[in-house]
Amino acid sequence: MLRKTYEHIDSIGRAILTIEAKDVHNKEMAEIIYPDGKKAFAQVIALNGNKVTLQLFGGGFGVSTDCKVRFLGNPVQVGFSDEMLGRVYSGNGQPIDGGPQLTSDMTRVAGPSINPVKRLIPKNMIRTGVPMIDVFNTLVRSQKIPIFARAGEPYNRLLANVATQTDADVIIIGGVGLKYDEYHYFKERIEEAGSKSKTIMFIHTHRDSIVEGLMVPDLALAVGERFALQGKNVFVLLSDMTQWSDYLRQVANAQDQIPANQGYPGDLYSQLASRYEKAADIEDSGSLTILGVTTMDDVTHPVPDNTGYITEGQFFMKDGYLELFGSLSRLKQQVNDKTRDDHRSIMNAMARLLSEAEERVKAQKFGSVKDDYSLRLLDYRKTFQRELMDPFRYLELEDALDLCWDILSKHFKKEEAGLSSDLVEKYWPRKGEFKILKEHYA
Amino acid sequence: MEKAKGKVVSVNESLVGVENTEGAVMNGEVAYITIEDGKRLKSEVIDVKPGKLVYLQVFEDTSWMKVDDAVEFTGLPLAVKLGPGILGSVTDGLQNPLYELAKKEWFLERGMVVEPLDTNVKWHFSPEVKKGDIVTGASILGSVPEKIFKHNIFVPFSLQGEYTVDSIVEKGDYTIKDIIATIKDSSGKVLELTMAFDWPVKQPMPFHQRSVPTETLPTGMRILDALFPIAYGGTACSPGPFGAGKTVLQHSIAKHSRADVVIVAACGERAGEAVEVFKDFPELIDPKTGKSLMDRTYIVGNTSSMPVAAREASVYMATAVGEYYRKQGLNVLILADSTSRWAQALRETSGRKEEIPGPEAFPMYISTLISAFYDRAGVEILPDGTKSSLSIIGTVSPAGGNFDEPVTQATLLSTGAFLGLSRELSDARKYPAIDRIDSSSAYPSLITEDEVGFLKELLKEGKTIASNLLLMGERGISNEAYITYQKSELLDAVFLQQNSFHPVDGVTNPDRLRMMFDMVKHIIDSPVYAETKDDIRTHFNFLRQAFIDWNYLKIEDAKFDSQKAKILNLVKQTAHAKENV
Repeated sequence: MLRKTYEHIDSIGRAILTIEAKDVHNKEMAEIIYPDGKKAFAQVIALNGNKVTLQLFGGGFGVSTDCKVRFLGNPVQVGFSDEMLGRVYSGNGQPIDGGPQLTSDMTRVAGPSINPVKRLIPKNMIRTGVPMIDVFNTLVRSQKIPIFARAGEPYNRLLANVATQTDADVIIIGGVGLKYDEYHYFKERIEEAGSKSKTIMFIHTHRDSIVEGLMVPDLALAVGERFALQGKNVFVLLSDMTQWSDYLRQVANAQDQIPANQGYPGDLYSQLASRYEKAADIEDSGSLTILGVTTMDDVTHPVPDNTGYITEGQFFMKDGYLELFGSLSRLKQQVNDKTRDDHRSIMNAMARLLSEAEERVKAQKFGSVKDDYSLRLLDYRKTFQRELMDPFRYLELEDALDLCWDILSKHFKKEEAGLSSDLVEKYWPRKGEFKILKEHYA
Repeated sequence: MEKAKGKVVSVNESLVGVENTEGAVMNGEVAYITIEDGKRLKSEVIDVKPGKLVYLQVFEDTSWMKVDDAVEFTGLPLAVKLGPGILGSVTDGLQNPLYELAKKEWFLERGMVVEPLDTNVKWHFSPEVKKGDIVTGASILGSVPEKIFKHNIFVPFSLQGEYTVDSIVEKGDYTIKDIIATIKDSSGKVLELTMAFDWPVKQPMPFHQRSVPTETLPTGMRILDALFPIAYGGTACSPGPFGAGKTVLQHSIAKHSRADVVIVAACGERAGEAVEVFKDFPELIDPKTGKSLMDRTYIVGNTSSMPVAAREASVYMATAVGEYYRKQGLNVLILADSTSRWAQALRETSGRKEEIPGPEAFPMYISTLISAFYDRAGVEILPDGTKSSLSIIGTVSPAGGNFDEPVTQATLLSTGAFLGLSRELSDARKYPAIDRIDSSSAYPSLITEDEVGFLKELLKEGKTIASNLLLMGERGISNEAYITYQKSELLDAVFLQQNSFHPVDGVTNPDRLRMMFDMVKHIIDSPVYAETKDDIRTHFNFLRQAFIDWNYLKIEDAKFDSQKAKILNLVKQTAHAKENV
């Protein structure tokens, strides 16, 4: 169907354009036609009488008042097929790997949420081989969980590791605001790990417009959801959602919205939630798990703060380590009683002792720690950090649990561990006989 | 009255501007917008402006709406359908049953319409009035059994004046669509009544006679029942940063509290949490009734990815249903998680309306709305003298975990108990992570006032000594102070901390609470003679372990008494150690 073009552009901003037009649908796609015939995508975001507000996928720079706008009569869609596996797309769904475009089986983007009664209670552990995750904050199929870290921490490496070390059927990488090196890194890691044929990438780098960046999670999740409905276990990686929120703030600001906290729009929570809530274990189907990245300096900043209220925990990365305190898996209780009989108990005992040790670290600054028990706690803390908190040490869960027993027995007496006599009987290593802990450390 | 009409003039996410072209419009009435594909989207009038401009908040996604789309006003405010069949059900914030919706579509597609209450179920109705009786609004016509309760069938509460019963059906099985009675007003006009009727959700149901909350509502959580109790008909709030255990606290109370009916209002929170409730509860047995826990539960869920405008509706929906079951003579408990999401929804809409914002961009009227919401809780004395109640526990999710923000502050002013959740405690795995010092409650505890004071005093003293310990080390304080510190730590570890995931420790009934308190008190009152701090610490380590082992044993367990004796023995050993020296 031939669609009418409009010419009366009112205003052009960094990411927003207003134009007079009729018969336009809310959230409809449009194309901006430049005087030289070049085209760029845009989407309707508000209507007021004849005035239509569009967000510009290519940004506002270079758009002129003699550009024309054609409304396309369809909402945002993304192609969906198995052919997409192994491919790389941009934030507006166009291939950027030189391969052919896909137009088959267009699927809607940012659709409604799944009926909660179609969700299953998540009950399947995902083994990642990372001790701090498997033992202390177990990842569960369909969980939505971000890594909280300062910019510059190796979070993308962890993201790629976790995705490729698990048994995911499909991996979808949604890169928002990536440096080119980071994009390159993801590509290499996926290829090295032999996972390319099950991976789709939607990539927005710093040279692309922010509106494209805003689209990335929606595209990644829409495609992921379709695979999940086909019975696949899908892993969606979103990095970095703080930059995504920043783009959201810019677009809201350009629309003169009243800001809530630190300039972020009042709907930041709802916006983040409608993406993260796509994670689900679906009845009689597959699942969608979301591993995100939220870069931050301070956990009370609006983005990590709102994210924490939405996601099912977070992995807190600091100085290259995965921290125990500050990390949380809300779903671990669903699975860690079905792994090995000592899992929960040893997790709690290790955490309790580490928390006691942390108190001593504070006290140490005052020079008041001199008793033997406190000194042993401090030693324990060092061993714990070295042996367990490295996110790139690969250990099967059972080995990691054995390692915990080794560490406990190295530093404590049986009665200090606060574990039940049955478990101590079964797992406490005989003197000097460690299963995993290396002798030269001991 | 002719229904009003209009057409869409502006669309901005969930806020839609409409030109009122025909008829009168009421603030708060429900309207439907028909979009291109013929779907009708439910919405509510939230503002009437000069120039025939009306603002609607739309309860569904507004994609594909166009300027000039037709709007029909209904003349009726947003209402809940009240009648048998609510208990055990799971609905969205607009009372659409989720299991029914799931039969049509996997996803929550907009514009789907299903009956709020099952119209096919037959209820066994027993009449309690006869032809010629005089009735008024809220008179009882008869009753049906619903799950474990006798569910009274009322004359709709909204009816004014006296009516004469013109006809009433025989005892038998009827659906909520069947007419069970006709009544006549003084002018002879006849009204047909069914077993269900509508009530506007935002309007508080009048109390027959209101009383004050004075009786503890046992929750099975020791720190609440002993230190910071809630009451039948009382209100409480639990603000806290994420990860401090708000949800686990709510779920535990939903499972174990001694209310007759529990309403879980999942407002703007994770879908997974509501799923846990409605998939787990049917499997769990309520020890009080021996029936499924779901039989006493109603879940209304507007989870975080559902349309934002319906969050507010979900909170009021839950409250109106709660008031209705209070009218049934029952003790109802509403768990609203989280009232902050409701406030944020109001903030979003207010922002789009370009209202002048208050603190943190929340609308100015937020505190009034919050207070009015909690005021709907309370104790009611019904016409037959029955005392019933509605209690509300609301969670608050303050930005950055900082309680000094408008929603937390307004909530503190409106509630009787304050359960402040602390990240420091949750990091130390001291669950429930309710602040032992800063929390408070105006309601009576299951232990005596003196005993509460005694515990709080010890906790405060323990905290002071802990900070001295940090500064000066173990050698810097006296053995006596160290013992007091260990006693307060023990009190925390074995009495205030509770493992929600443990089948026995997860819930403590009032009798056991008393037994445990007496034991804790005995330990605290007993002298400890030990030479060194190491000895003191070792002693309390053993005591703690023995006590926790005891907490994990059922009372009827064969080892229960011997474990108790073990603790007593440990206490005795050090108390008499001096004599041996």
